[in-house]
Amino acid sequence: MVTAGIDFGARAVKAIVMEKGRILGRGIALTGGDVSGAGEEAFAQALREARVPREEVERILVTGSGRMHMEGLGGSVTEITADAKGAHFLVPSARTVIDVGAEEARAIKLDPTGRVVDFVTNDKCAAGVGAFVEAMARALEVDLEEMGPLSLASSATVTMNAQCVVFAESEVVSMVHARTPKPDMAKAIHDAIADRIAAMARQVGIEDRVVLIGGLGKNIGFLSSLSRSIGMEVTVPDGPEFVGAVGAALLAGERPQGA
Amino acid sequence: MILRFGYADGSGEFYITLDSEKCDGCGVCVEVCPKGVLFLAPNPFDPLEEVPLALVREDARNRLKYLCVLCKGSPKPCVASCPNGALEHF
Amino acid sequence: MAEFWKWRESRWVSQEVHWKDARVISAGVDVGSVSTQAVILIDGLLYSYSNIRTGSSSPESATKAMNLALEGTGLSLEKIHYTVGTGYGRVNVPFAQRTITEIACHAKGANFMYGPTVRTVLDMGGQDCKVIRCDENGKVLSFLMNDKCAAGTGRGLEVFADLVGVNIEEMGELSLRVEEEPPPVSSTCVVFAKSEASSLLRRGWPKERVLAAYCAAMAKRVVVLLERLGVEEDFAITGGIAKNAGIVRRIENHLGVKALEPKMDTQIAGALGAALFAASLAQREGK
Repeated sequence: MVTAGIDFGARAVKAIVMEKGRILGRGIALTGGDVSGAGEEAFAQALREARVPREEVERILVTGSGRMHMEGLGGSVTEITADAKGAHFLVPSARTVIDVGAEEARAIKLDPTGRVVDFVTNDKCAAGVGAFVEAMARALEVDLEEMGPLSLASSATVTMNAQCVVFAESEVVSMVHARTPKPDMAKAIHDAIADRIAAMARQVGIEDRVVLIGGLGKNIGFLSSLSRSIGMEVTVPDGPEFVGAVGAALLAGERPQGA
Repeated sequence: MILRFGYADGSGEFYITLDSEKCDGCGVCVEVCPKGVLFLAPNPFDPLEEVPLALVREDARNRLKYLCVLCKGSPKPCVASCPNGALEHF
Repeated sequence: MAEFWKWRESRWVSQEVHWKDARVISAGVDVGSVSTQAVILIDGLLYSYSNIRTGSSSPESATKAMNLALEGTGLSLEKIHYTVGTGYGRVNVPFAQRTITEIACHAKGANFMYGPTVRTVLDMGGQDCKVIRCDENGKVLSFLMNDKCAAGTGRGLEVFADLVGVNIEEMGELSLRVEEEPPPVSSTCVVFAKSEASSLLRRGWPKERVLAAYCAAMAKRVVVLLERLGVEEDFAITGGIAKNAGIVRRIENHLGVKALEPKMDTQIAGALGAALFAASLAQREGK
């Protein structure tokens, strides 16, 4: 049975088409101003890659903060449920799942069967989500994708004091004026948010295996800072931003029609 | 004077409160805190006073939620350690 | 990029007070994250003040503000008996004899500006928001401060001024030009509120309405802080945001209490309090 999962994130919509526990196709489209349009586009991309016509998809589940836009497709699941399912599927030893998206972050504690034991979410403060790195990249005048590699070239540790995106922007600007090398600043930025994410994760207790998913999972600088902050190795599955959609697609295969 | 150190953001309120009338500067709470959040100094909000009080370190004030997360249970060690009940913790 | 966040720098000198026969000349300099003020008192009377944008160097901003307050008066730094510095973070006023916290200075300054009936002071500064309860002498009894989060601060307002394309000095008035008060933006976080406001603008909301929604959210947030500490009348507001009628009016409505009418530039409260402490310290130390 072919199923699909669509994750409506704040920055991008991700779609996954699966069959018998195998990922057949992935699609991604920027949310922009037209959420349902992006959803359709991401889904179409995944179908093309899967070489599956839309009619063959038997069940779809949606998740993500924008999911109310396409709930008519077949029902929805919470991000916590989808993330847990997807992470456990990709990394069966996962016990602490950390999901950092553009505008939301969460930490989920799983038991060995992949069941959610505890979780904590942050969707109130931009300093603890991807938007922080986005804003700092703009202030540094560096492309977002460059931030990770740039920070790994750092040779000195600098600490950021500001705990707020708005104040941190001013701090970055003064550091640029003071000619602080950009790699060092990029590292400082990742260290700052990693500290906050680690503190969030500590609320559910950090247990090995720690898995990082969501858009920020693609940032090798953040990965390095997070690992250092929690003092443990962090695993990032392939395609970390798709894990929520994977979970939704898997759950679509388990639910009876109409549930 | 009631001194409140900390912050409130969308996720809640995180303050450590000191009653200066009850604090005699004994410093026990400073020793007990595993993160070194507290220290002794004259009351900065009463410039003409010189008696030391327990204060929250400036660089800790906006990170209290993160620093204090490791102290589980209630009352927190710092609060419990004060013989005069001068401290309150979120 | 247009600079909507810029407000006018200013200075003022008294025509009535003169320094030639002064016993105590004291000064206060408040270096904030966004603005810097210098105040000079002659025997406890307000003589002159300046208000400028804080630059990248705290000591330079302090000096610049002081020079502006001295300009054209014939007074020089050497003739000032005692200077107290105050402000945000690690304040560095190189010519000050002492540094005192802004909370203490704002309470003292508000007491001078508004009179001995003030019991609750709300200061909304560039990068912080504080509520102070004080006694009839301007001595601090309790306080609550937020300087972690841009919500409820001048910087937060600047972000909005830029987004909507309106001068910060006009934001308040414009936000009041709505027939019906719109629901406040749902996020307290400035960054998220900005995203929300962007989509409201895209949906065709007029600027005034978007400003109203933001000012409403900001006022609500500040009121939470105020009610936490408890508001005892008389209530007064200091800092730059006291000049924003859109926020002040909404706070007053939420609280059911009117703020005292300011009679001088509300941004100088911190420097004023510092100068008053400087005068006390000068006398105590036998200057």
